[in-house]
Amino acid sequence: MRRTFPSVVFTLMWTVSAVAFGGGGCAKPGAKTIPVGEYGSLTGGTATFGQSSHQGTMLATEEVNAAGGLLGQKVEVITEDDQSRPEEAKTAVLKLIKQNNVVAVIGEVASSRSLAAAPECQKSKIPMISPASTNPKVTEIGDYIFRACFVDTFQGEAMAKFARNDLKLSRVAVLKDVKNDYSVGLADFFEKTFKAEGGEITVVQSYSEGDIDFRAQLTAIKGQSPDGVFVPGYYTEVGLIARQARELGITVPLMGGDGWDSPKTIEIGGAAVEGSYFGNHYAADDPDPVIQSFIQKFKAKYGIVPDAMAVLGYDAASLLYDAIKRAGSAEPAKIRDALAATADFQGVSGKLTMDANRNAKKKLVIMKIENGANKFHAEVKP
Amino acid sequence: MSEFLQQTVNGLAWGSIYALIALGYTMVYGVLRLINFAHGDVYMIGAMTGYYAGNLITRGLPAGAAFPVVLACSMAVCGVLGFLIERAAYRPLRNAPRINSLITAIGVSLLLEFGGQLLFGADPKVFPPLIPEQPLFEIGGAVIGRIQAVIFAVALVLMAVLRFIVVKTRLGKAMRAVSFSHVASQLVGVPLDTVVSFTFVLGSMLAGAGGVLVGIANPKVEPLMGIMPGLKAFVAAVLGGIGNIPGALAGGLLMGLSETYVVGYVSSTYRDALAFVLLILILLVRPGGLFGKSVSDKV
Repeated sequence: MRRTFPSVVFTLMWTVSAVAFGGGGCAKPGAKTIPVGEYGSLTGGTATFGQSSHQGTMLATEEVNAAGGLLGQKVEVITEDDQSRPEEAKTAVLKLIKQNNVVAVIGEVASSRSLAAAPECQKSKIPMISPASTNPKVTEIGDYIFRACFVDTFQGEAMAKFARNDLKLSRVAVLKDVKNDYSVGLADFFEKTFKAEGGEITVVQSYSEGDIDFRAQLTAIKGQSPDGVFVPGYYTEVGLIARQARELGITVPLMGGDGWDSPKTIEIGGAAVEGSYFGNHYAADDPDPVIQSFIQKFKAKYGIVPDAMAVLGYDAASLLYDAIKRAGSAEPAKIRDALAATADFQGVSGKLTMDANRNAKKKLVIMKIENGANKFHAEVKP
Repeated sequence: MSEFLQQTVNGLAWGSIYALIALGYTMVYGVLRLINFAHGDVYMIGAMTGYYAGNLITRGLPAGAAFPVVLACSMAVCGVLGFLIERAAYRPLRNAPRINSLITAIGVSLLLEFGGQLLFGADPKVFPPLIPEQPLFEIGGAVIGRIQAVIFAVALVLMAVLRFIVVKTRLGKAMRAVSFSHVASQLVGVPLDTVVSFTFVLGSMLAGAGGVLVGIANPKVEPLMGIMPGLKAFVAAVLGGIGNIPGALAGGLLMGLSETYVVGYVSSTYRDALAFVLLILILLVRPGGLFGKSVSDKV
């Protein structure tokens, strides 16, 4: 194709501006801030996850800056929205690393999006802390990838033991999201432990993220008459699944994981999710003073009670700032080493120690939905 | 056996919604030879209108009145939208090569999807509970709930009305004439623009109704919800023979049933694959669709 005059001019202008402004990054030499990147699902199918964790992260950042910042500098958080899409998550992280020159990255809540973005952080040797991605594969990507939450092996085991030993269930059906790494992994670990504990998995059915009709799967599940159904999915689908299950006459308890933790579960599910159990990172009605004082602070700023994603967003950011302080430097490699050495860190969601695989070892709580609210039911120690 | 019956009921409920959307595709194709890819998004607008109408207008209305009012609002808004889409996007291109209209249709579809994200926000919304769910009756172990019964009833009534309009009224006769030949019908005095507008309005109203029905059955609506059902309904229309009204109905029901059976008895992974395998098979074996090219019923 022949180059026309305007396109030449445009290319020239573009080159000049790129040279003149050096990519327009926020980390200009001599700037008095430490740039930290955050990517999350501020919009899209799991928007409440990203919004909550963003609120937590910002609260932690404000506190650090109010206390004088880190290493004599203020922390600046640069946030990118990935619209709940893995491919966007990768782009967002690349932008944070290449254009904004961040020293570390906080994100993502969802495992499938963390898995898409983590290889970029690993390649550029920028430490990444996922607040809430529980799929084991996330931190297996490399030695720069951390998480501030427990892993699904622990969560699946805990829920299976709870179903078998506390609820005394013997025949459980599983309905999982096959397009979601978190859901598939959690279902596997649940099934393995539940069978090992002497229970029977009657039928495993699946759906894909974004589906709205689950009646076919639920009818097949009902045909096996299980005494419990494990639904390791995200809140958008869980509410609908619960509704349709009750509609078809499935009355046995439903169980799930931390993907249930959103006000939307109860909003969409209504009466259908009553009496269900799910594993979670923290319980808002836990009398622990650490948790209660955090809730006070959060309420004062945002006017709502934080959900677990907000707590983990806060913990992930605090963990990172603590590591920068201990490292005495904002160099990515030194931050990484300090993060890996984290031991007995007091987060809001409990005491936390990084294990050799950069996974946080911490407790899990089991919540029960009662009278339209999540109630603390039991606690499982690692 | 009871499981099979229940799956059949589930499949028919989904199928009647596909059928409502497929009718719009098939009618527009009948009169314009245009595949209106924005049709699935009109269905989304129907559901979104239902969401807002349900939350704003019907507050304070008695329980029984809310649903008809919301349904009417959605159908009206979608009818107007269908009219505007045709007027603004397709009419200027009516004499251009067909590929231009097709690409415009894709453009309108994207506009509605992402304009919708901008306008409504991308997060899913909870459709107001217009009809309290409760099991109505049981046949051989299969539960038929009130919502499913409403879906069947509304779909059947709307299709009967459509059938009446197409077969018995002057406008219906004009639609059939236009689908037969633009030139010949204009020569005998059929007002082409009016007929085409009317077809779009009618088809979009049906899609709007489909959106509300999906909203009450699966109370989660979001701006991208129209993409998959739109594609499936298109396949259903081709399956029944595009341009053929009873064909769209049969295609929609067949699509809903076969999807439900595949999910219930094989695996949900194959659900979306199934639709497109069906499409390929139909195009290979019977390119005219199941109901062939029966001219008499063409719209």
